[in-house]
Amino acid sequence: MTDTLATPQPEAAAPASGARQVWRRLRTRRSALAAAAVLGLLVLLALGAPLLAALEGQDPVTYHDTLVDSARGGVPLGSFGGAGAEHWLGVEPGTGRDLFARLLYGARISLFVALGATVVQVLIGVAVGLAAALGNRLLDSVLSHLTDVMVAMPSLVFTIALFAVVPSDFPRPVLLIVVIGLLNWGSTARLVRAQTLGLKKLDYVTAARLTGGSPWRVARRELLPALAAPVITYAAILLPSNVVIEAGLSFLGVGIKPPTPSWGQMLSSATTWFRADPMYVLMPSLLLFVTVLAFTVLGDGVRAALDPREASRLRVGRAGRRKSAATSPEGGAA
Amino acid sequence: MNGLAGYFLRRALGALAVVLVLSLVVYATFYIAPGDPARLACGPRCNPEQLRQVREQLSLGDPFYLQYWHFLQGLVAGHDYSTGTGVLHCTAPCFGQSYQSNQLVTDLLAERLPVTASLALGAMVLWLLLGIGTGLLSALRRGGATERVLTWLTLAGTATPVFITGLGLLMLFCVYLEWLPFPTYVPLADDPEQWAWNLALPWAALALLESAKYARLTRSSMLETLAEDHIRTFRAYGLTERAVVGRHALRGALPPVIALTAVDLGSMFGNAVLTETLFGLPGLGQLLVHATQTIDIPVVVAVVMVTGTAVVLANIVADVLYAVADRRVALR
Amino acid sequence: MTPLVSVTDLSVAFPTGDRTVRAVDGLSFALAPGGALGIVGESGSGKSTAAYALLGLHRGTGAQVGGSVQVAGHDVQAADEAALRRIRGGVAAMVFQDPLSSLDPYQAVGDQIAEVYRVHRPGVSRRAARERAAEVLDRVGIPDAARRARSRPHEFSGGMRQRALIAMALACEPRLLVADEPTTALDVTVQAQILGLLGELRAETGMGLILVTHDLGVAAGSVDDLLVMKDGRAVEHGPVRDVLETPREPYTRALLAAVPRVNVRRSVEPVPATDDSVLLEATGLRREFGRGRHTVTAVDDVTLTVRAGETVGVVGESGSGKTTLGRMLVRLLEPTGGELRYRGRDIRGLKERELRPFRSELQMVFQDPVSSLNPRRSIGESIADPLRAAGTLDDAAIVARVRELLERVGLDPDAYHRYPHEFSGGQRQRVGIARALAPEPKLIVCDEPVSALDVTTQAQVVRLLGELQRDLGLALVFIAHDLAVVRQVSDRLVVMQGGRIVEQGPADAVYERPEHAYTRGLLAAVPRLGTEEGTEDGTALQGASA
Repeated sequence: MTDTLATPQPEAAAPASGARQVWRRLRTRRSALAAAAVLGLLVLLALGAPLLAALEGQDPVTYHDTLVDSARGGVPLGSFGGAGAEHWLGVEPGTGRDLFARLLYGARISLFVALGATVVQVLIGVAVGLAAALGNRLLDSVLSHLTDVMVAMPSLVFTIALFAVVPSDFPRPVLLIVVIGLLNWGSTARLVRAQTLGLKKLDYVTAARLTGGSPWRVARRELLPALAAPVITYAAILLPSNVVIEAGLSFLGVGIKPPTPSWGQMLSSATTWFRADPMYVLMPSLLLFVTVLAFTVLGDGVRAALDPREASRLRVGRAGRRKSAATSPEGGAA
Repeated sequence: MNGLAGYFLRRALGALAVVLVLSLVVYATFYIAPGDPARLACGPRCNPEQLRQVREQLSLGDPFYLQYWHFLQGLVAGHDYSTGTGVLHCTAPCFGQSYQSNQLVTDLLAERLPVTASLALGAMVLWLLLGIGTGLLSALRRGGATERVLTWLTLAGTATPVFITGLGLLMLFCVYLEWLPFPTYVPLADDPEQWAWNLALPWAALALLESAKYARLTRSSMLETLAEDHIRTFRAYGLTERAVVGRHALRGALPPVIALTAVDLGSMFGNAVLTETLFGLPGLGQLLVHATQTIDIPVVVAVVMVTGTAVVLANIVADVLYAVADRRVALR
Repeated sequence: MTPLVSVTDLSVAFPTGDRTVRAVDGLSFALAPGGALGIVGESGSGKSTAAYALLGLHRGTGAQVGGSVQVAGHDVQAADEAALRRIRGGVAAMVFQDPLSSLDPYQAVGDQIAEVYRVHRPGVSRRAARERAAEVLDRVGIPDAARRARSRPHEFSGGMRQRALIAMALACEPRLLVADEPTTALDVTVQAQILGLLGELRAETGMGLILVTHDLGVAAGSVDDLLVMKDGRAVEHGPVRDVLETPREPYTRALLAAVPRVNVRRSVEPVPATDDSVLLEATGLRREFGRGRHTVTAVDDVTLTVRAGETVGVVGESGSGKTTLGRMLVRLLEPTGGELRYRGRDIRGLKERELRPFRSELQMVFQDPVSSLNPRRSIGESIADPLRAAGTLDDAAIVARVRELLERVGLDPDAYHRYPHEFSGGQRQRVGIARALAPEPKLIVCDEPVSALDVTTQAQVVRLLGELQRDLGLALVFIAHDLAVVRQVSDRLVVMQGGRIVEQGPADAVYERPEHAYTRGLLAAVPRLGTEEGTEDGTALQGASA
């Protein structure tokens, strides 16, 4: 057989597969790397909150009446909201609680709730999406309609409403995770269903059926690994939106209950103080903004790295350097 | 067109079913699950005699399906309450009386709806213009500095929660610059100018967030359309770039944006709640938050049903628009 | 006489990442007014890239274009934007491969043509432009053109859409028509019509034609000159008869030898048919999709038998139900009606679990070499799958068996741990064949196994299948739209149309004496090289191994 090419020849464009290739492409995106670094730092700060607060010599709950000016309604004494060697970022107006410690403990809540809710959303979304794509016609129709409704419904309104009837003795962060997770899985389910339907049509999945293996074997070997990439990408998009939902609920006073510190709740009380103590508005806003932005940028980077279309597509027509046509997350909702 | 009418009918029936299911779920969640509605309705200083009366008035002794049927009847046909001295008529979408103020929930809604509608519609005009404009600009200026700046701006826009944008705007324009009044709601009928001035900041806060989302979608949709084969055809036949974009690419790029407008109404309601609370606007959102904190179940149920139904209706409208734009959808 | 097209030392390079890919390299050719040139080559030869340069379509894409391109006295390279726009459509018009995606889905076909017309005839009124659109649509053979001009592309059939695109090209009376694979997406009978139409229009208007195609047969009947390209360079250029009949270059000869001929008999003797060797027997097989009003019958009342060791070719145009039939034969799809027996045992209604014992006996080779292998698993693991599922061999035995299979299909046994993207299309198809062979099947259904491959690779894979069949005594069902390819492998032939079998019988008999009108039409439409009449000794297949 002289005509066969006995040794494999690499082709020009390798498809997006394998964690190594994704990592290689992600590494070339400086913005994504910076975002990852910021998030890493944030996670460290949150994990080390008790340690760092101890280092400062403060805790998030002790009142310091002597540090606020009760004559002016409780504005912190000193410039920059009372910042100094004792209280690194100053104190909370009114109560005099240490701002640095409260912000760190707030980060714990924010990240914990966002992560937990994302896990719940992904679990429900993957289960519903897979069941719809692999089940019979009736199941698919019911689940798809349910998914459509879940996507379109005003989930924040419903989440707020639910807090009128949830048991009040339950730990709030866990409750938030469950409620946010239960009401916001629609888009994940839709994505998983669409991806699975696409995969099912691929010949290699059909070929796997011919091996005589059980359906579960086929799903485990051929479907699930291929779903991992889009689901991870999507989780990266869900995370920042969950951070915002938690902050929003706490801002409205239906999320985290005092005295547990949370960014949203701090912002809510800051609305009455922004004239007298701008520092108190600035810090939680900045942290929240940086967190969400970092998650969003990282999510964008991961998506671009996973997108096979990222491998440059040359087109006939006009326009200069074509890099990638990054599709927005909303694209799926259309 | 017959196919289109049939499609519309199918969608309308589907929407009705969704609203029905929603009402059932909402009723079960809010009236059956949490303990004793009569005690909540009666208030904290309630003697057993009053409690019995309330229970009777709410017909809580009836089996679940009868109670639910009652609830539905109220929604469709209205309800009459005996108040001891006379009869209180509660007109068609009747959600009962507020536990807190004993006002009819329908009246509360009627009072609050114009505020939310003013906020939402005004902001929508703003964000559609801003979002689609920015998205198109960034798609057509591909690879330049304009695109990079716009990309980062929209990214920052999506990353900023509405209450932070709002707070920032408030501090800038009301506290430091003192250009705008601290927002209070002035009805449009009373003084259109003051209405607009007072709503300017809430509109801007809500629109900045939403427009970033639309800018991203418009951009990617436009880029995808520009990469399609038929665009290549028209370029190969000597059409100017302006004609290619204006007459062919836009037509293909906008349907996903229309679809998002409907799907997005739900998330917009969420952001409207936050905006209202921040700016102290007496809209549905503020009503909801207050009702949630005071466990005023009829009000909570009403807001959920109203927003849910609004979203369902908006989705039908969008679906039909989409089908008119692209007949293949309806024929499928 | 000045030539209509004059290309001198054309080069097109695409910068990708850190290196530059030279798609076209030092290409020169000329075309006399009214002449027709075919540019042929395999995928990656740069033929389409060269054609795009004629209309300056690389401008603004980042591609680096060098050399000179003159079309009807216009210097395409030097023209400014406005001048280039006048050339595009007005002087030289292009017809693209995929007629559905090449038209705006939201606009009436007539309006799109009218728009292009008004671009090149600025003073013309809308009404006049619309009339012109109807006129050219009528000319390209769209029935009831004035009314159909108001239809949108998705309301047209594939052939009609391609006609509409040609009408758009005609609208401004260009002097040159560039057609890039204009018939590749079309069925063979429609292809013949479109090629006929192009010839007519050329005779009528005197415009020049440049036809880009991978199919030598398509070029043979439609052009005067032929340019063979490989890796961006011209290999051979000359009058079409000379190139086809007395090729000078070894590459051209190899290419020609690999082209399957529909009028050449198979070299192997047919397997003697005996009734006791029947493997698979379908009786009145039927398959419906959808429910209620939307029910579509994809396969209807199909009766056929496959005997051990023979090859049954199944041909038909798109929508004929041949793929659905193939999937039912290996029970990937459950037939809606009829009977399906494997070695006498009814397997039509068996559940997935009950089917397992039969899975190893009935295998399949798929069309798309890209999607038929899991990109995340090494090819060795993919081939080993059926062996592992069976659970009878231990790990070492499985690896040994996979290595043996890789060698059997002509691949390096050490390629076990490599991933699909490291292989070419033909090699991937060999992996697919190895996977099908792994459980030692009795019958393999090959669904368009070579239609995604270049013609030389095609010949190699077809030859491999033939060898395997002889050596292993396999039965093959070979499904394809290409009648010439099917002829090379089939003992018996089944012709399908609209879900039904219109004719079946011994392959040579059907090819040489077709009884059904549809079969005759199909055979007549197959493009021929027209050089090997009378050489019915099967050189085509042997030539492929050169």
